[in-house]
Amino acid sequence: MKEYTKELNITVKVNGREYHESVPANMTLLQFLRNKLLLTGTKEGCGIGECGACTVVMNGKTVTSCLVLAAEADGAEIRTIEGEAKGEKLTALQESFIKYHGEQCGFCTPGMIMSAQNLLDRNPKPTREEIVEAISGNLCRCTGYEPIIKAIEAVAEKGNR
Amino acid sequence: MIVEDKSKLRYVSKDIPRKDGVEKVTGSAVYVADMVLPGMLYAKVVKSPYAYARIKSINTSEAEKIPGVRAVITGKELNYKVGLYVVDKDILAKDFARYQGEPVAAVAADSELIAEMACEKIKVEYEELEPVMDPREALKPDAPLVHPDLGNYSYMKGVFQPRPKTNIPHVQKIRHGDIEKGFKEADLVVETSFYNPPVQHVALETHVAITQALPGNKVLIYTSAQSPFTVRSLFSVCFGIPLENIRVKVPYVGGGFGGKAGIHLEPLTYVLSKKAGGRPVKLMMTREEEFNTIPSRQGLYSDFKTGVTKDGKITALEANYYWDAGAYADYGVNVGRAGAYAGAGPYEVPNCKIDSYIVYTNKVFGTAYRGFGHLEVLWGIERNMDIVARKLGMDPVEFRMKNVLRQGAYTITGEKITRSHGHVYDCLDAVAKDIKWSGYKSEEEREKEKKTGKVRGKGVALLHKAPAMPTFTSTAIILKFNENGSVDLMTSLTDYGQGTYTALAQIAAEILKMPIERINVPWDSDTSFTPYDWQTVASKGAFMSGNATIAAAEDALRQIKEIAAQVLKCDVADLVCEDEKVYLIHNPDEYLEYKQIVNGYVYPDGTSIGGPVIGRGRYIAQGLTNLDPETGQGLPALDWTYGAHGAEIEIDIETGEIHVIRLASAFDVGQTLNEGLARGQIIGGVIQGLGSALTEEFKFSKDGKFLNASFVDYKILTAKDLPDSMEQYLIENPQHDGPFGARGVAEHPMISVPSVIGNALYDALGIDYFRLPLTSERIYFGIKSGKKEYHD
Ligand code: FES
Ligand code: FES
Repeated sequence: MKEYTKELNITVKVNGREYHESVPANMTLLQFLRNKLLLTGTKEGCGIGECGACTVVMNGKTVTSCLVLAAEADGAEIRTIEGEAKGEKLTALQESFIKYHGEQCGFCTPGMIMSAQNLLDRNPKPTREEIVEAISGNLCRCTGYEPIIKAIEAVAEKGNR
Repeated sequence: MIVEDKSKLRYVSKDIPRKDGVEKVTGSAVYVADMVLPGMLYAKVVKSPYAYARIKSINTSEAEKIPGVRAVITGKELNYKVGLYVVDKDILAKDFARYQGEPVAAVAADSELIAEMACEKIKVEYEELEPVMDPREALKPDAPLVHPDLGNYSYMKGVFQPRPKTNIPHVQKIRHGDIEKGFKEADLVVETSFYNPPVQHVALETHVAITQALPGNKVLIYTSAQSPFTVRSLFSVCFGIPLENIRVKVPYVGGGFGGKAGIHLEPLTYVLSKKAGGRPVKLMMTREEEFNTIPSRQGLYSDFKTGVTKDGKITALEANYYWDAGAYADYGVNVGRAGAYAGAGPYEVPNCKIDSYIVYTNKVFGTAYRGFGHLEVLWGIERNMDIVARKLGMDPVEFRMKNVLRQGAYTITGEKITRSHGHVYDCLDAVAKDIKWSGYKSEEEREKEKKTGKVRGKGVALLHKAPAMPTFTSTAIILKFNENGSVDLMTSLTDYGQGTYTALAQIAAEILKMPIERINVPWDSDTSFTPYDWQTVASKGAFMSGNATIAAAEDALRQIKEIAAQVLKCDVADLVCEDEKVYLIHNPDEYLEYKQIVNGYVYPDGTSIGGPVIGRGRYIAQGLTNLDPETGQGLPALDWTYGAHGAEIEIDIETGEIHVIRLASAFDVGQTLNEGLARGQIIGGVIQGLGSALTEEFKFSKDGKFLNASFVDYKILTAKDLPDSMEQYLIENPQHDGPFGARGVAEHPMISVPSVIGNALYDALGIDYFRLPLTSERIYFGIKSGKKEYHD
């Protein structure tokens, strides 16, 4: 059991707040966020990089956090769904998801929003193709994607945030 | 209840955002997957690597030695059986493992990792047995028996009839009219056969439960389930614990689609908790386990023999359905029953004979899945309709129009179509117009188009479905008022994305004459607090709970008016409600606000009357009967929702690649309750159905091993796989006993999507395909075969 219990010290900035934590070497970033920081908004749909439910933004890029080790996130800046709304104020994208019914069961929604927001941050006026590309790694079984695409398009038209 | 003047509706029918939107877009909605209880342990299971095996011995001693392991359990020490309709399943496989992936032992430990390591140390000795993997093989007299003890199991009498010493937990028969006479009247008889493979629901949140065995023979369960009361009742029967001692709580659920309708991980986590001294135990399926341990949608072989007259009237239909139930009956027997009574499609078939065999095999077992057997039978029925039309030399839309159920016609179980039923033909008309259907293309047109490398094709397909449920299915709603006059709507229905809670809030707001913002629907269902609801299945939620909500709101208004009548010194009949106030009709300046009444009215001198107002409403299914065991005649359907799809597709001749250009869908919803949510349900269902049509299929090795238990090998559609455009038609011929005239439309969008693609594929290529899914590979080999019928 030895190799499982080796601990490492990491410093990570999550949603603007710095954390100093000791983590097992084999702990994933997803487990770190959910089990250590208790930020359970980020979901696990497969644990092996195939569904996108665990998508967060790391140093400006989306990652599937189940495939990143917490130790690899040492020194990184992470954005999760919990950091999107500012208090009661939702982002334009979150408002748009609600308006266009972009969420049903809601389990894919945090990951979906992180992928879409990251796209809009990089490219405020994406085409439909670019939107589809950006969320193509995020599986959703409920919505049929179309309402999600509409929600993102509406933000792109009106301007981000 | 029918809406006389739709322009007066303030909330019902409107596109109102869902009540749970903010929680979901901010990640603050808590699912069972997210929950941790004090002292909680984590469970893992050991699974059978064989499709069929005798368990000779299990040695757990090494596992028990690992520090942090709190309980190790095997089937031997568990003397319980679980089952919905046929009580055929052990909590952990005992003596026999009946499918690859079936749990045979389990561990609860301080962490998931420790539990996993302990599972690896458990040594199971198996004797591999010859599995039976095909339901048609399993029907043969010398087939291995999946359940040699079938004759000793208890089951729901009066509805199901297991046949001892066979692999058949139920056969549903339909006998309507005189089948021989029907075939004699026919000018043409056509025979066809089809196949659907088993598939998975793929809810994004896998199955998960946390159970705690409490002192005093009590149990607390948090579960990602659709039906808290069904979990409770099956749990109670399984362990002999009184209902009131069991509390089942359901918070947010990350998708269900039928897969979470019954009971799953709750019994196992309970016995582990008990063994671990009452600490709560959490078990969450991995994605792989979700595929090969948790139940799926059954496969189906279907055979049709259709008799028609020259002018296109169906005179007889004989159908045999062979359902691949897998190792346990679960919902599968009822799926086979529903598939039978709906098994002629939305058509008038005067002479009909159906035998629907539910058959055990050594596969992961089947359960409810959105559509409840209808996608499966309608894959065959709607392909068959096209083929028969063609043999008649008749346009398939015209052929359907001649035979669809209309007012005055009888269904194959003897139900008369009344003016309260929807109109199938309106749906067909809408989609045929949408795709500009003008008949199949000719062989010359097809050949000419093929030279360009791409061919297009169009098709239509119809569908119908009613809730499949016991005759006594019931539900209740409680509306409790807060001190400020706002309302909490209490229901045990589960909203895992359908939007039912929002629709119920709309209904309550409409009747109570108050703003929807003031109607709160608290999220957890809790068998100890929220009122009874049978199950969240069958597209019955909006219909039944909607009716109960109307009753509850009327009940609350009556109480409010009774108090107001005393205070305003008038008769109840002299009062009218509007804007959270109750007015004197003859003098609108005299009124009381709800909030002055709902917690007791206080006169200026301090004396008070009334007290907290609680509205209560209930609904029980109306007029349903059991089906006759020999003829299947009776009334199984609360409300039929009819629908149709029209599609245009394009095929790349070189690669077989299929591209959907247009998918138009129409449903007779009676009355739209929430336009945005209804469209959302339709789009989501259509895309899920398109997955069944194009990509989804379980693969097994010859010896019964599951081969594609991951998203890499089992593809569900992504945002890249959408049709170029989609349209939804909400047709409104009201259901007289529906809430505001509404019918359910939750499962329906998925049904007949494979059929419409199959029909369009014929138009494009001139080739009939009979098996799902219609992968590019299958299409390609069909083209290469040079045949008009491709059966592989
Ligand atoms: S949980 Fe990370 S991709 Fe599925
Ligand atoms: S909303 Fe349920 S998976 Fe996307």
